[in-house]
Amino acid sequence: MAWFRKEKSPRRPRAERLEIPKDAWEKCEACDHTDIREKFERNANVCPTCDHHRRFRAHEYLSLLLDAGTIAEKDEELVSVDPLQFPDYPARLKKALANAGDHDAILTASGKMDGMPVNLGVMDFAFMGGSMGSVVGEKIARLGQRSLEKKWPLIIISASGGARMQEGVLSLMQMAKTSAVLSQLAERRIPYVSLLTNPTTGGVSASYAMLGDAILAEPGAVIGFAGPRVIKQTLGQDLPEGFQTAEFLLTHGMVDQVVHRHHLKRTLGQLLRHMSGKPAATGWTAP
Amino acid sequence: MGTSLLEFEKPIAELERQIQELREKAEAQKLDLSAEIAPLQERLAELRRDTYKNLTPLQRVQVARSSRRPFTLDYIRLAFSDFIELHGDRAFRDDPSIVGGWARLDGDTVMIIGQQRGRDTKENIHRNFGMPHPEGYRKALRLLKLAEKFQVPVLTFIDTPGAWAGLGAEERGQSEAIARNLLEMSQLTVPIIATVIGEGGSGGALALGVADRVLMLEHSVYSVITVEGCAAILWKDGKSPEMREKAASSLRITSPELLALKVIDEVIPEPSGAAHADHEATAKAVHDVILRHLDELKRLKPDKLVRKRREKYLRMGSFTT
Ligand SMILES: [Zn+2]
Repeated sequence: MAWFRKEKSPRRPRAERLEIPKDAWEKCEACDHTDIREKFERNANVCPTCDHHRRFRAHEYLSLLLDAGTIAEKDEELVSVDPLQFPDYPARLKKALANAGDHDAILTASGKMDGMPVNLGVMDFAFMGGSMGSVVGEKIARLGQRSLEKKWPLIIISASGGARMQEGVLSLMQMAKTSAVLSQLAERRIPYVSLLTNPTTGGVSASYAMLGDAILAEPGAVIGFAGPRVIKQTLGQDLPEGFQTAEFLLTHGMVDQVVHRHHLKRTLGQLLRHMSGKPAATGWTAP
Repeated sequence: MGTSLLEFEKPIAELERQIQELREKAEAQKLDLSAEIAPLQERLAELRRDTYKNLTPLQRVQVARSSRRPFTLDYIRLAFSDFIELHGDRAFRDDPSIVGGWARLDGDTVMIIGQQRGRDTKENIHRNFGMPHPEGYRKALRLLKLAEKFQVPVLTFIDTPGAWAGLGAEERGQSEAIARNLLEMSQLTVPIIATVIGEGGSGGALALGVADRVLMLEHSVYSVITVEGCAAILWKDGKSPEMREKAASSLRITSPELLALKVIDEVIPEPSGAAHADHEATAKAVHDVILRHLDELKRLKPDKLVRKRREKYLRMGSFTT
């Protein structure tokens, strides 16, 4: 199939290409544990000491979840424009393109997960705070469309502060657009799993992120409609300990599981196989 | 109605006061002052027309938020009949920020769902300033499904600064409640017409706003974020009039701008002096436009209705390759 031959390794965002040496020292934001960069990287950027899930870039999730040699990035040619002539938006976009890479705030791809074909979208917080504008909405819509055509499960990994203000109501409408695609998937019984990573708030949490047939979250991720700062402001007092974390959402019934990054691929595969009537993956053993 | 006037409305109010004084004088002293009153009334009409024709985007926000504008329950009273309110989400509580129920539009049953603000402080506290909790959106969802069950069209009225941001709202899944409505509204098999009557604030507005037709009253606004929020985040100043004006004009939140962006389908003109000057005439205009769209939508078979609604939203956005 054509899409399969198009396959190539995901391009590295420019910041990555700056060749930060593997033996540079890095510090865990949560426990101050200091280690060489390579140690963190080999551990999927999870702190070896305290298990803090550090920021993971979009292309890193692709490599973590999809089988080597099966990854085909999609719709890379879609680029944000400035439909409202919003002050400073072109400059901000230019900066984001230079610092975060050219996939806008989401990278979408097709590939295989333990042999099972899937469509995977991964948001990138490094690109304008993972904000959802027209390109994010369109990439998700096209990815969903591919899932409809091929009956492949859809996975979206969210990391976003919400809608992209600079595209005004057009950004808001991406919430409706992505939900419309998901309603089609639901109608055709095509599984959709949503993974919430740190942070997932605003218009993204209030649309596709919360509409998964299964909703997973990474440990410690901040997830909510309003950001903690806004709520603190309305409340005029400090927020309770652990408020709006993945664990808080789990106990309040809003997500199915909090999943360690090391177990993510296995959990996603297990869920999708159940929901699409496929046998368990080879090598799967009862715990 | 005892609520504060907007700065640019003061000359209008002053003229209204003068006319009223002359009328009272004529009444009390049995005089004929019509020759004095007539030119003042002409000037009043002109002033009203000019004032509202030349509003800045920020002034439109102020008009849209005015507590003197007609609210959802006013439209229900003035443009519909036989209304019976339905309460509660059947899970947690009744949220007074959203009202809904069966009503008749010229004899035919419709389901009405809308955000409801308060006219005074006491009512606003009860209505939470029209900022719904998750249970409000879940009540709306219950009524959407109920309308679908009995194949009755849904009319929503949007009038909210946004969904409520608070502890309880987060604990009970504000995000999920909004998201669920977006999904369900994009597959509901009955016609949906949404009308923005005041402020359409972000996801909290859109949660009642996925529709076959989206209408906006002339002076209403619809935005991804409040002008204050936008100015605070981007320019670290959500208070000064200059920055709020900059946000209001940059975000393109007025009805003609949103019509040009194809986010909405029609602008409903307001009477001279804006909606609050004449509730009856505004309600009549809303009634007539909704009726016209509903007549068109009723002719579509359910699967075509849903397909066209989805196609409309799938086209939204602006990008290049
Ligand atoms: Zn650590």
